[in-house]
Amino acid sequence: MTNQPAGFEAWQAAYEADMPDDGVRRNRSGIEIRPLYTPADRDEAAYDRDLGLPGAFPHTRGIYPSMHRGRTWSQRQLIGLGTPGDYNTRVRALLEAGTSAISLIPCNSTFRGVDADEVDPLLLGTCGTVINTVDHMEEALAGVRLDEISTSMNDPLPFTLLAFVLAVADRRGIPRSAVSGTSNQSDYLSHFIANHMFFRVALPGSRRILVDHVAFTRRHVPRWNPISVVGQHMQQAGATPAEAMGLTISTAIQYVEDCVEAGLDIDDVMRRVTFFFDISISFFEEVAKFRAGRRVWARVARDRLGARDPRSWRFKFHGQTSGADLTRQQPLNNIARVTAQAMAGIFGGLQSLHTDAWDEAITTPREESARIAVSTQNILKEEAHLTDVIDPLGGSYYVESLTDDMEEEILAVIGRIDDAGGMYRAAEAGLPQEMIGASAMRFARQVEDGEQTVVGVNKYTVDTETLKPPPAERPDPDAMQRLVDDLARFKTERDTTSVRHHLDQIARAAHDPTTNLFECVVEAARVGVTHGEIVGRLREEFGFGQPLVAV
Amino acid sequence: MTDRIRVLVTKIGLDGHDRGSRIVAQFLRDAGMEVIYTPPWQSIDAVVATAVDEDVDVIGVSSLATDHLLVPGLMDRLRSEGLTDVGVVVGGIIPDEECAPLLAAGVHAVLHPGSTEDDIVHAVLSAAASRGSHP
Repeated sequence: MTNQPAGFEAWQAAYEADMPDDGVRRNRSGIEIRPLYTPADRDEAAYDRDLGLPGAFPHTRGIYPSMHRGRTWSQRQLIGLGTPGDYNTRVRALLEAGTSAISLIPCNSTFRGVDADEVDPLLLGTCGTVINTVDHMEEALAGVRLDEISTSMNDPLPFTLLAFVLAVADRRGIPRSAVSGTSNQSDYLSHFIANHMFFRVALPGSRRILVDHVAFTRRHVPRWNPISVVGQHMQQAGATPAEAMGLTISTAIQYVEDCVEAGLDIDDVMRRVTFFFDISISFFEEVAKFRAGRRVWARVARDRLGARDPRSWRFKFHGQTSGADLTRQQPLNNIARVTAQAMAGIFGGLQSLHTDAWDEAITTPREESARIAVSTQNILKEEAHLTDVIDPLGGSYYVESLTDDMEEEILAVIGRIDDAGGMYRAAEAGLPQEMIGASAMRFARQVEDGEQTVVGVNKYTVDTETLKPPPAERPDPDAMQRLVDDLARFKTERDTTSVRHHLDQIARAAHDPTTNLFECVVEAARVGVTHGEIVGRLREEFGFGQPLVAV
Repeated sequence: MTDRIRVLVTKIGLDGHDRGSRIVAQFLRDAGMEVIYTPPWQSIDAVVATAVDEDVDVIGVSSLATDHLLVPGLMDRLRSEGLTDVGVVVGGIIPDEECAPLLAAGVHAVLHPGSTEDDIVHAVLSAAASRGSHP
């Protein structure tokens, strides 16, 4: 190595004498981690090209000039349990506490695209709120000002939850142009590849619906973010941090190209693209993943896709601490894990953060543990003062070198996907599924062999747990039965001719690319067509398309 | 060949998280077992039909998002179909207080996150061994 600081050889000799058995260490992405990094590991002359200042291309140090010192991240805790009424109670408490953005996790049955009367009642409301109709949404959002509060819903295509929100806005006389928020979970490719529960309609239909959704919201709901590309699913399913970042950027490229192909303006689309990532406990690797991802995306947006508006180059992302790192054993240790993960996300420059509750490896988080998760963010921000300096790890010999190495790995993944014909084709062929499955197995083996420590699981174990976690909260079965009864009444009391007409419209639009399919969904939601009916009809027209299950 | 233990690894209900079930399937294969692996969202009817068609010794049910609440119903169906000798092992996120009802319903073992390859293989072997012991 050239230009090493004076005395480097002497240090190296002393190190090797101290560490005769020092083996090769690698991070989760497979990058070799050396014991020391020095100025020789970076080309200082490349500062302007590779780093730049915050808010300046290529955004390695952050997408805004003031970053967290000016505007800290949004605390976007995901909530959802039980009936729409239960949800409303929790949301109102959050609003009274001053929150300006709310989220909604629907029930697993809603995720699967069916109504409450189509599944075993035991499974209703256990992991999210049952939302099947415009009336359910009206009740869930009672007292929520839709022109002031941004709503971020876990709403896979065909985006029925957004359709219900717009129908509620119409009822209240709020213009659609005033509604703001994000379609979390619009990333159907990640559902096909990694998070199968959210996958609803076969790939060609999904591709069409997403583009129509972007076109509709750009025209009628301008404050809405229609595309959220979710690297989190891939990493939770086992992808390494570098693979998750590469696959996510490849997915975003696919969506932008599909929208441009359909005639949408590239900058109009790209200004509204957001990302959602997992933050594992591999601390420096995660920091480098985000810094490198930001740089890769800025270059892809400007130089490959040709976006001209600098706002289109911004890599805006939400981070969620990784549930896969949490343990059931000695579960309070999870608070320490979440703290380290959250710090990695903050130093990585995120715009929005969900910290997991410590009991997530045991049950659906309870209110008290969810509060500790939020407090963790406030402690890091206001007691530890992590936000006083922008990109505080920038310039670290190690972090900059690792950022370069991660970038190289990310670009290699994007290259593999390009060679396979882009993300849509690669997913059809099962390539990302294969990569993720192999990485998941490799990591499981490392834990199994003790090469990767998991405290309380394969090291530092205790014979008896002193902490007995409190019991899981389950929804009130009577309340769920009432919801199912009310749904039956709702279905008989609506204008059935109109319902049939709108479902037929959806079916026709499915085969007529000149009609905006999402507009048909919105119109159907207004007249009382249910979530399950809309998804069911689309599955009839497009097919379901079972995700590949290779083992 | 015929004396290899046959295991159905499956998911019932609504959830689709399959990282765990895929790894478990690989561990069992590495231990020399014959693994029949299904996509998620199986109905109880489908699980019972597959268990019969494939003549499995053990059914492994993975549950990460409360689908284990359906397992007592699966046990009832296995009993009414006369499949009392098929061992059932449940793995995933199962709250402590919800384990006892599963065991009372006849589940052979409940495996939690952090279970080792040995724990998993042992639980399935032991569930399979109990097969011939039933009338």
